[in-house]
Amino acid sequence: MPGKLKVKIVAGRHLPVMDRASDLTDAFVEVKFGNTTFKTDVYLKSLNPQWNSEWFKFEVDDEDLQDEPLQITVLDHDTYSANDAIGKVYIDIDPLLYSEAATVISGWFPIYDTIHGIRGEINVVVKVDLFNDLNRFRQSSCGVKFFCTTSIPKCYRAVIIHGFVEELVVNEDPEYQWIDRIRTPRASNEARQRLISLMSGELQRKIGLKVLEMRGNAVVGYLQCFDLEGESGLVVRAIGTACTLDKLSSPAAFLPACSSPSKEMKEIPFNEDPNPNTHSSGPSTPLKNQTYSFSPSKSYSRQSSSSDTDLSLTPKTGMGSGSAGKEGGPFKALLRQQTQSALEQRGGSPHRFCRRREFPFFTLTAFPPGFLVHVGGVVSARSVKLLDRIHNPAFVGIMGNTRSYKLLDWNSFNSDEPETRDAWWAEIRQEIKSHAKALGCHAVVGYSESTSICEEVCILSASGTAAVLNPRFLQDGTMEGCLEQRLEENLPAGCGFCHIPYDELNMPFPAHLTYCYNCRKQKVPDVLFTTIDLPIDATVIGKGCLIQARLCRLKKKAQAEANATAISNLLPFMEYEVHTQLMNKLKLKGMNALFGLRIQITVGENMLMGLASATGVYLAALPTPGGIQIAGKTPNDGSYEQHISHMQKKINDTIAKNKELYEISPPDISEEIIGSPIPEPRQRSRLLRSQSESSDEVTELDLSHGKKDAFVLEIDDTDAMEDVHSLLTDVPPPSGFYSCNTEIMPGINNWTSEIQMFTSVRVIRLSSLNLTNQALNKNFNDLCENLLKSLYFKLRSMIPCCLCHVNFTVSLPEDELIQVTVTAVAITFDKNQALQTAKTHVEKSLQRASTDNEELLQFPLELCSDSLPSHPFPPAKEHLESASSNSGIPAAQRATSVDYSSFADRCSSWIELIKLKAQTIRRGSIKTTVTVEKASPMGEGNFRNRSTPPCANSTVGVVKMTPLSFIPGAKITKYLGIINMFFIRETTSLREEGGVSGFLHAFIAEVFAMVRAHVAALGGNAVVSYIMKQCVFMENPNKNQAQCLINVSGDAVVFVRESELEVVSTQQPTTNCPPSCAGGEVTT
Amino acid sequence: MTSELDIFVGNTTLIDEDVYRLWLDGYSVSDAVALRVRSGILEQTGATAAVLQSDTMDHYRTFHMLERLLHAPPKLLHQLIFQIPPSRQALLIERYYAFDEAFVREVLGKKLSKGTKKDLDDISTKTGITLKSCRRQFDNFKRVFKVVEEMRGSLVDNIQQHFLLSDRLARDYAAIVFFANNRFETGKKKLQYLSFGDFAYCAELMIQNWTLGAVGEAPTHPDSQVDDMDVDLDKEFLQDLKELKMLVADKDLLDLHKSLVCTALRGKLGVFSEMEANFKNLSRGLVNVAAKLTHNKDVRDLFVDLVEKFVEPCRSDHWPLSDVRLFLNQYSASVHSLDGFRHQALWDRYMGTLRGCLLRLYHD
Repeated sequence: MPGKLKVKIVAGRHLPVMDRASDLTDAFVEVKFGNTTFKTDVYLKSLNPQWNSEWFKFEVDDEDLQDEPLQITVLDHDTYSANDAIGKVYIDIDPLLYSEAATVISGWFPIYDTIHGIRGEINVVVKVDLFNDLNRFRQSSCGVKFFCTTSIPKCYRAVIIHGFVEELVVNEDPEYQWIDRIRTPRASNEARQRLISLMSGELQRKIGLKVLEMRGNAVVGYLQCFDLEGESGLVVRAIGTACTLDKLSSPAAFLPACSSPSKEMKEIPFNEDPNPNTHSSGPSTPLKNQTYSFSPSKSYSRQSSSSDTDLSLTPKTGMGSGSAGKEGGPFKALLRQQTQSALEQRGGSPHRFCRRREFPFFTLTAFPPGFLVHVGGVVSARSVKLLDRIHNPAFVGIMGNTRSYKLLDWNSFNSDEPETRDAWWAEIRQEIKSHAKALGCHAVVGYSESTSICEEVCILSASGTAAVLNPRFLQDGTMEGCLEQRLEENLPAGCGFCHIPYDELNMPFPAHLTYCYNCRKQKVPDVLFTTIDLPIDATVIGKGCLIQARLCRLKKKAQAEANATAISNLLPFMEYEVHTQLMNKLKLKGMNALFGLRIQITVGENMLMGLASATGVYLAALPTPGGIQIAGKTPNDGSYEQHISHMQKKINDTIAKNKELYEISPPDISEEIIGSPIPEPRQRSRLLRSQSESSDEVTELDLSHGKKDAFVLEIDDTDAMEDVHSLLTDVPPPSGFYSCNTEIMPGINNWTSEIQMFTSVRVIRLSSLNLTNQALNKNFNDLCENLLKSLYFKLRSMIPCCLCHVNFTVSLPEDELIQVTVTAVAITFDKNQALQTAKTHVEKSLQRASTDNEELLQFPLELCSDSLPSHPFPPAKEHLESASSNSGIPAAQRATSVDYSSFADRCSSWIELIKLKAQTIRRGSIKTTVTVEKASPMGEGNFRNRSTPPCANSTVGVVKMTPLSFIPGAKITKYLGIINMFFIRETTSLREEGGVSGFLHAFIAEVFAMVRAHVAALGGNAVVSYIMKQCVFMENPNKNQAQCLINVSGDAVVFVRESELEVVSTQQPTTNCPPSCAGGEVTT
Repeated sequence: MTSELDIFVGNTTLIDEDVYRLWLDGYSVSDAVALRVRSGILEQTGATAAVLQSDTMDHYRTFHMLERLLHAPPKLLHQLIFQIPPSRQALLIERYYAFDEAFVREVLGKKLSKGTKKDLDDISTKTGITLKSCRRQFDNFKRVFKVVEEMRGSLVDNIQQHFLLSDRLARDYAAIVFFANNRFETGKKKLQYLSFGDFAYCAELMIQNWTLGAVGEAPTHPDSQVDDMDVDLDKEFLQDLKELKMLVADKDLLDLHKSLVCTALRGKLGVFSEMEANFKNLSRGLVNVAAKLTHNKDVRDLFVDLVEKFVEPCRSDHWPLSDVRLFLNQYSASVHSLDGFRHQALWDRYMGTLRGCLLRLYHD
């Protein structure tokens, strides 16, 4: 499909004065695409030139159309010397390449210069004619739609959700090329902008090809990131979820059961490696690692994570799920055999394992009803890598960490850099996959990847939520293989996803299980952590709130490997503390589940920062969280005792206050209402053990569940005291304010139409004198708290309102600088308006889901055991004894906890657990009660209120921006394409531009303006799923210089206010009504 | 821990009206924060002083960036950098161009030049308005003046079109421009009792009746092409005003005029005797003012003269305003009955405006 690109330059306005003598400008325009350049005439002596050019035509391959941006340069003509550049406009023409989106790009674009910022505007019209040419070997992927939105876009339905697509492209960073020493900063910046634009075009095309290969037509949840690795290059990488989408003609249409062609059970996705013995090639783990191995192993938890660098311990053996090296021992082999035979039993030979869908990951965070069957918990993996060795193949083998060398395939390191990075990510993903498996889940949802780079050290992180999905939506039924888990009886409304997917007796981590408080049928954990949005059908009590854990750790400055080692040694401690904090704060709020959890670990020269954000809610299906108890270590001292009890009182008060604030009133009454089929006497709060099982095991289990009720904080030193204090320092938002980091606030449904998206950036300088961990923590905590306070204050005119999708990003640009960037949207809501829920909607979907599930019941259940072998377990005794750890916590912390108890202790408990496990295996694993029950829809969900709010008379030309996938009070009628922009701004007159604040303030405002202009030119009036993925700020005040790089993306859409929609739809029945012309005012 | 950088950028630019006012009033950030603290905002919102400081800084930065655009308000409407709802844009512009009564009284009629700008220090101390605010107001006057000075057409329309001001504010600016252009003296001690509103009222009447624009299209003079229709007084008209001198120079005419007025007002005026006694003085004063207007210097003293020659004598005799009105009406109307006087139209053009002005100027 070659095409013809047509460009017309209409006019300019507000141009800067380029000729001091006349106070005017002689402007002309260069239009460049690929290697072809056209020029307009010079329009003499005007700041508002009218070129009205002919149509410039470029005949190009569609491959180029996808990769190349259209480059428009405005210049000032100078007869005697070189023409001066005024500025540039890059236009991504991708949105013109698929039929349903925009047909023309036309409007005023800000003329941007990397040194001077926006300098006037230019009016441009762009069109593309595509010719069909089906015979060609496809290198392009025109027609594949991309969405940043991490749910199925509003006016589409998902026919099939194919799964994970990823790609990365590497290049040299122009900033680090030799030529950069002689060229101007402007030339260097422009080279960089252009290169990144090209690379992201190429990346998108390549991902598109993969999607076409999978026979999909769209990528949803597309997330593209840049890694500025400095000397070693520039990486552009992207992940997404391939789907086949159908445009909805009528909004009510529902997803029909997918006709997945082959549902053979042979394909078992987790075993893509035909050779299950690879694990033996794993290194004989060094002793040091062995000791440490308890932490990553313990990590198979609710919050399963591993932050170590010993990825070698995760060989690509699917079944072994990576723990062979750690566990060793005969049991492992036994288990392996078992699972192996189980697989064979099921008719699939190991060689027929599905290789195609390597990673069953989904970048989506919200799903069609019925898609999500169970949620296991958060899985995450981190790995520390060294960047400096990339160019030297001889050293590549020991990249990252000496321990990981065996894993790396020497052949892949010949020269091609993407392979290196691919291998890194493949390791991480493999790790994630095995974690998910450990949780009895076959898929990971809400999946995301990130990096943190400091000098030559790079931390790669990935996280997601282990889940069991309904295969109906997945192509080829590749997922069923693992759907052997006890199949829920038809997903009870609003609680099905909470039910544990793993075997109760072979829990991957110790947790309190109780019968679901909603349906009374299935077991649920006492706390649930996830990275996804709250499912719309979930039953929530009260409102949610933003919960953050913040942490700093000093580290010594070091070079290369020593540095990497130091970091990897610190990581598990950090993760442990972050989880402890999260859990404490969650309990303090009286809540029992976290959604949208995002843990960011940032590496700096001399410290590590951890920031976890999530939205806490009270899920009706989960038990009431226990309180927090404080225990003192030295009980003799009277005043100390008094102090402790004082603290205890404060904590209890806070919990009570929070419960009131978030309207959490656990439904004690509900027990009578929801008649449980197996009437069991239930204590008010506490969990029920699996009585049905044999007693010997119960005792064993009891060991690990020693303290059921309270979460005990032991105050044995000042550190702990600090922790408790910091718990209490978090101030709740002022009344009328709520905040969350998910799409919508649980418990608020009546949004009104006013929205305000904003970005706030703060940088603080630490005084180097008092750099202790405590001081650092306090500074960081204050920074975040003050930032939030400022936001509440600034937005006070919007009360009552909710800050949604609050997204914190931390970076450490220099030694003593901490930068925090926040992007969020404030949405007003109506306090009084009656709640309206899309009850019927949920009901319907649930019913459908339940019928779909029946077909799954036929799968055999033997495979339960394969969730076991992977983990060594948190030693039961340690658990019991080290009171500072958390009997109440579902091992979240344990994820990376480093044992404080003695090694012997650990060993013994370890052995106990192995015993325990063996028993489980002997007993077989079928313990599922499969009952079919009519779903009783409890659709008290928080589906967005569809009632029409008073429509603020929307002014012409306004482009809304929001990080959410929707616009309250409005309906998205059309997706116009993805917006993905990268800008560099530099100044050599920092003081004159108002210092760093003035500089960055202006730049961010300019970035917003350019995004809006592009959307308006596409005919859109909003950007949804907007995200500022990068904001790299560097300053050199001594030289009066600063530089900033910003990368933003989102989906350009046309929306119609619901009040208007009614009018429109009566007039014309189709939904593709004309956009409420956004460009209207601007184009005149 | 010090904050190196602290910014907030909204997709819709946040404008805090209170902070905008403080900024316009020329307060420094720290003064503004102190004033906000005093307003009790901390108690209302539960915020801390640090939050207030950061918020104020942020707004100040935004205003600083907007200021460039406010200098040419149509730019504010078309720019793409700040997304601001139209109602807010109007508010920003209107407030930016608003001025203080005390300040405008100080510079009204003065040449808007560098020299005057240097005096802003004194004005600031005298009025208690911050120097920064004085500068803004002065620069606004000057900017508007520069843009519309050479422009043809209605002064108010021109100002509205180029500065997007409300009708009221545009009229005020028209008065300021008109006064600045004609350099009317307003600062004399005896004029201190007059408000800007008084002058603006007079300016409007004069623009409507005494300028070239007031005559309508087709200027009679060839050189009037270069003249500004609304800003400059109609020179020909001023020249003609000399003709009115006969009203006082001709003894018979003056007597006749007096008797006509006295007859008509007898019994209707509380201050009849005073009027009768003073008639000739007052009439001479009014007519002489007209006759002198050919000289630029006398034009400048117009208001001083009016106050000296008419307002003060009447006031010393305690004329009530109603009597002044009756007198002036009768005084101008009676001229029509003077057979020997041929410049009726000229008289009406002069006296119609002057009567309006005098009535406005006549107060304590």
